[in-house]
Amino acid sequence: MLFPPPKISGSANANRVVVTGAGIFTALGSGWKTNAGGFSAGRTAFRPVTLSDVSRQRSKIASEADLPAELPALKLSRNNIRRLNRASKMLLHAAHEAWSQAGWSAEENLPVVLGTTSGEMSLGENYLQQAVRFPRAKNRQPTRVVHYQIQRQGIDLCNAFGFHGPVMIISNACASGANAIGHAFELVRSGRAGKVLAGGYDALCQLTFAGFDSLQALSPTICRPFDATRDGLTLGEGAAILTLETFEHARKRNAEILGEITGYGTATDTHHLTQPHPEGNAALAAMTAACACAKVSPEQIDYVNAHGTATPQNDATEAVAVNRWACARARKLPVSSTKSSIGHLLGAAGAVEAVVCLMALRGQWLPPQISLNQIDPACRFQIVREPVDAKIEMALSNSFGFGGANASLIFRRWA
Amino acid sequence: MSRVFVDGIGAVSPAGWGVAPLRAALEKNVPLPIQPVARPGWDNPLFVRPVQPPAARPAFFAHPRLRRANAITQFTVAAALEALGETVSLVQNGAVRLGIIVGVMTGCVNYSRRFYEEVLKDPATASPLIFPETVFNASASHLAAFLGSNAICYTLVGDDGTFLQGLALAAQWLADDKVDACVVIGAEETDWIVADAIKLFQPNAVHSAGAGAVLLKKDSGAIAELAAITDSFPFTQRQTRAAAAGRMRSQLPPGAKDELLCTSGQQLPRPDAAECQAWSDWTGVRVAPRAILGEAFLAATAWQCVAACDVIRQNKFSGANVSVVGANQQAIGARFAKPVLGGNA
Repeated sequence: MLFPPPKISGSANANRVVVTGAGIFTALGSGWKTNAGGFSAGRTAFRPVTLSDVSRQRSKIASEADLPAELPALKLSRNNIRRLNRASKMLLHAAHEAWSQAGWSAEENLPVVLGTTSGEMSLGENYLQQAVRFPRAKNRQPTRVVHYQIQRQGIDLCNAFGFHGPVMIISNACASGANAIGHAFELVRSGRAGKVLAGGYDALCQLTFAGFDSLQALSPTICRPFDATRDGLTLGEGAAILTLETFEHARKRNAEILGEITGYGTATDTHHLTQPHPEGNAALAAMTAACACAKVSPEQIDYVNAHGTATPQNDATEAVAVNRWACARARKLPVSSTKSSIGHLLGAAGAVEAVVCLMALRGQWLPPQISLNQIDPACRFQIVREPVDAKIEMALSNSFGFGGANASLIFRRWA
Repeated sequence: MSRVFVDGIGAVSPAGWGVAPLRAALEKNVPLPIQPVARPGWDNPLFVRPVQPPAARPAFFAHPRLRRANAITQFTVAAALEALGETVSLVQNGAVRLGIIVGVMTGCVNYSRRFYEEVLKDPATASPLIFPETVFNASASHLAAFLGSNAICYTLVGDDGTFLQGLALAAQWLADDKVDACVVIGAEETDWIVADAIKLFQPNAVHSAGAGAVLLKKDSGAIAELAAITDSFPFTQRQTRAAAAGRMRSQLPPGAKDELLCTSGQQLPRPDAAECQAWSDWTGVRVAPRAILGEAFLAATAWQCVAACDVIRQNKFSGANVSVVGANQQAIGARFAKPVLGGNA
């Protein structure tokens, strides 16, 4: 029963939550190893947009991912695979890596929590185009309706690995991926679930690209988070999935542990639908709540993976919030935004950046922002500008979104 | 585990703005009139059950965040404010931490279609005013801003059953002391593109719109007690719609004469078949809001819950089961009971 929930182990909010599998798919490539190489070196993956016509847009670049010709071995029917679109494929690539790494087997009642902003929006776009231009042509329209819907991607995930479980999809704009992992963390920590599959995904689509362009939020040059001359974000696409379970469960089956999630905090910024409060009150509240959840202070955080979209307003607000949150620690606190490498993945961003934090903790390096020219003087913290090895025990990841959705996650190195 | 109670309900539906017109329409048990909606390239229109404008313009329409907001946001806010009642001022003065959960399936489809049509004409001139309203969590954000609530706020997307997942999430937040109260809203709006898509699968279904809201609190509540929410049983390759519906049914009590069953059926043989089979043993009274009000996905599930709580509030039934066999994701059910403080649910 979802309510009242069964308690499976431990006492309330007492379970340690560990990550035993992580899958990632971005424009840097598919998989942990490729992405770790890219992020640790500060490689960038921006290129001219090919997925839609952007000739009439201010910005003409994005971080498009190259999809492999084949999907990994899954339990989906051939027909089902044939109907999968871009976002689903990226999601399944990431999920397959996480699932394989975790060594999980199909079972009943395994919860799935996903974050996305638009799912398979391009199918919705195709539906509308055909309905307007060729109203009486119904070919392929039913398939588009079915696979456009976000819940379908969750069901496909269940089918792909042969398990059953509640599928919950959180759509809190650009914080969706972080919220999905945060919610999964709370399910495991509180004993409501022993294991949860969680993450985020989003694919590039014309509506979203044109939308951000209409707001003049896209950079016509290059994405430079926290640069004094930054001029906007660059969109990207990808997916990341984590397998979360209790430490006890992982230990019993001798699973390799990639890291621990220790904190999650959220807050809502009511200032404006698309603009954060200039003092960063909600961002500060989310970071503070995550620290309280993890029972740590900012002095114990060794790296912050910033939301850092490179829009003038987001970065200014986040700088203020991090300064306020870190106080004296700010002067020596390493911070970077990996959106400088792969752009803004919207609903996937929080999940991908969670995997980046786990990579950094495992590899003991900090992801740099190579493209940074001139640091915004509002940043009192240390922007990571060059590839560097570092001793880091704890990392905090920020995700902020339209509508004032703010979320922070804290990860601890597993030694 | 804390007990969770329903302390407020609200609704906007084709029957009108408020729980009272919803109740009247369900008691009358006659499908509401349909209205034509034009679609490009066709002479014959589609038919929907839209929400009629309110008799008097609600004061909240004038709020800076709500002046340009889409219809789904207006429905969301209206239903939430009715459910919150006097709790609104407690939220606004910071005395109550209010969680907000908005559930949608098609969501802000009206502005999304309009914006994308502008993009197709010329992306360089597509309106920056419309785009932010196309984001799924715009309605939740506007509601939070109107209430001045900085507490946790989620937007869930899924099929009809997702509203009940939202209730379970609210109960979790209450149990974990993240919030003092939580309002859960299911909302949808009408658009020809959705009606067109529905027609591909259910030619006789009537698309409708609106919202329903349920305010949950811990340890006390005036209307009903949230007694149970079943597991979510997904429709997968290994679990048919009928099997999922049967498993959902098995987690709810057999029912008594003084209990109500509130189903998700539309009185359409094919889509209703799994749910009818699952509840074939039910001998008590049934009501199916979608058959009267139309198919409004999560809003319709919210109406089911509002109707279930309302009959308990009015002492017409001692308990009510809500059954949802959703469009394409899950079967899930819930049970509400008369609130007996200090007793067992």
